[in-house]
Amino acid sequence: MSEEDSQEPESELTEEQKTEIAKWFLLNSPSGEIQYVAKDIRSVLMDENVYNMAVSEAFPLYNKTHMISLEMPNRSGAVIVTSFGELNDNEYLDPRTAQVAKVNHIKQACTDVRPATDEELPSFYIEQFRCALDSELIKYVSEAYPKGACSVYCTNGKDAEPGSNFELTVVISAARHSPQNFCNGFWRSVWNIDFKDDTQLVELSGKIQVGAHYFEEGNVQLDANHECIDTTIFQSPEDSALSIANMIRHHETEYMASLEVSYSNLPDTTFKDLRRKLPVTRTLFPWNNTLQISLNREITKELGLGK
Amino acid sequence: METAMDLMRRIHPKHTDTALSALLSLLPQHSSDLLSQVDQPLQVSYDMECGKEFILCDYNRDADSYRSPWSNKYHPPLGDGQQPSPELRKLEVEANGVFAIYCDQYYEGGISSVYVWEDDNEGFVACFLVKKDGSRSGQGRRGYLQEGLWDAIHVIEVGAEEDGMAHYCLTSTVMLSLTTNEESASTFSLSGSIRRQMNMDLPVAEGHLCNMGRMIEEMESKLRNSLDQVYFGKTKEMICTLRPSPEVVQMRLPSS
Repeated sequence: MSEEDSQEPESELTEEQKTEIAKWFLLNSPSGEIQYVAKDIRSVLMDENVYNMAVSEAFPLYNKTHMISLEMPNRSGAVIVTSFGELNDNEYLDPRTAQVAKVNHIKQACTDVRPATDEELPSFYIEQFRCALDSELIKYVSEAYPKGACSVYCTNGKDAEPGSNFELTVVISAARHSPQNFCNGFWRSVWNIDFKDDTQLVELSGKIQVGAHYFEEGNVQLDANHECIDTTIFQSPEDSALSIANMIRHHETEYMASLEVSYSNLPDTTFKDLRRKLPVTRTLFPWNNTLQISLNREITKELGLGK
Repeated sequence: METAMDLMRRIHPKHTDTALSALLSLLPQHSSDLLSQVDQPLQVSYDMECGKEFILCDYNRDADSYRSPWSNKYHPPLGDGQQPSPELRKLEVEANGVFAIYCDQYYEGGISSVYVWEDDNEGFVACFLVKKDGSRSGQGRRGYLQEGLWDAIHVIEVGAEEDGMAHYCLTSTVMLSLTTNEESASTFSLSGSIRRQMNMDLPVAEGHLCNMGRMIEEMESKLRNSLDQVYFGKTKEMICTLRPSPEVVQMRLPSS
């Protein structure tokens, strides 16, 4: 979208330009709001071709960025739509149940599942580590997030045997959508876990993204990001799982506490740099006596008493 | 138009500019409605003659030039640019002086501008604007903010005087964004905008400026409060339901 677009509204936009604009709106939808944005953009566009093109390109990207979790039809739990589990455009691996979920991106639904093939799954050696970590994480996530989903993927060295390096990726995704209260929010964390056989160390690096949108008679959004790293020693699958899950728990709990501190600092410190609650004089502004104020101000300035 | 406005309250306040120009290009037939209903971040220009900055908006614009409230001249120069009547210009000069002091006291800095013009029904309209950069590198005196912007737009319609009374209709918008980063590895950012209206019938004995000023002061305090308490509070509430603090979880657990 270039500046010129807005400068010359007379000139007709091409289909490509319209599609790009529609995609931009869709991809910038807040968590849980893409369906509403799609409805709006459809009626603004009044062009089904352009609309269909835009949604078919934007929804898959949006679903993966937002790591939405979808119930699988056979009651085997939820699959998280992520780039880590993506096998092709609409098939996503659920490592926990060793199933592949067929996803309808635009409906944001899982329509079918099939068992994963051996090639799609990690080796037995990796699976021990992955599975142990998954069990520990389920415990943590069900305690900490009332509506959280988590998954552990092998993102490097899927066919590794003992003695080689590999990488697991932990995804935690929690979202809460409350359109009737004009409020939506999400918490997403991605933890890369590098198992280094050569150094016998396990290196963690985490990225946490938190957001909320409140839009009753207004539009206010929170964006918070946090990155951290940590290290532990390479142990048995069970012991590694326990210490990794503990580190994740520790960092996320600390980060949540720091978010609450940021919020409690707002009214008295942070917000004050934008606008004070009361004037420096601590009384309401004397609108009826402005002549006096301007005189005072002149004098203060002249005597160099300012601030 | 309704769906366009729904889009505007969903898209991140940081993207207001992009979203607006996108909608303008998709809906050229609604451009004037869009421009009047969507508030955009305020822009600033510099009045060389008076050595002061002033705020640009639709109300001091004529063609591609903007009138400075300080020198009353258009930038870039415009031969026959619109001017308020001498009487209203007098009020404008006074309002700019007083409002600058008001801003000093509440904002400890920032740029302000007031524009006054005739309206169609014997009254007049005044627009009070404030732009404050509260960041560490701007005019944030406490240095808590890596980024901090506050734009306030107050448009106040004043009806004709009748039996010593006048009707005031104030529409105010505040747009703000703030980012703090305690450590380099994390950022915390809130942004948003709200718009509210206030109507009052007041005696004009103390003058229009006094009445307008009090209404604006009250409104700004209300807006600041509801952003702080209600809007930011709601986002906090949301985060705390996503990941309740351990004490809350424990309180819920015993039954299970």
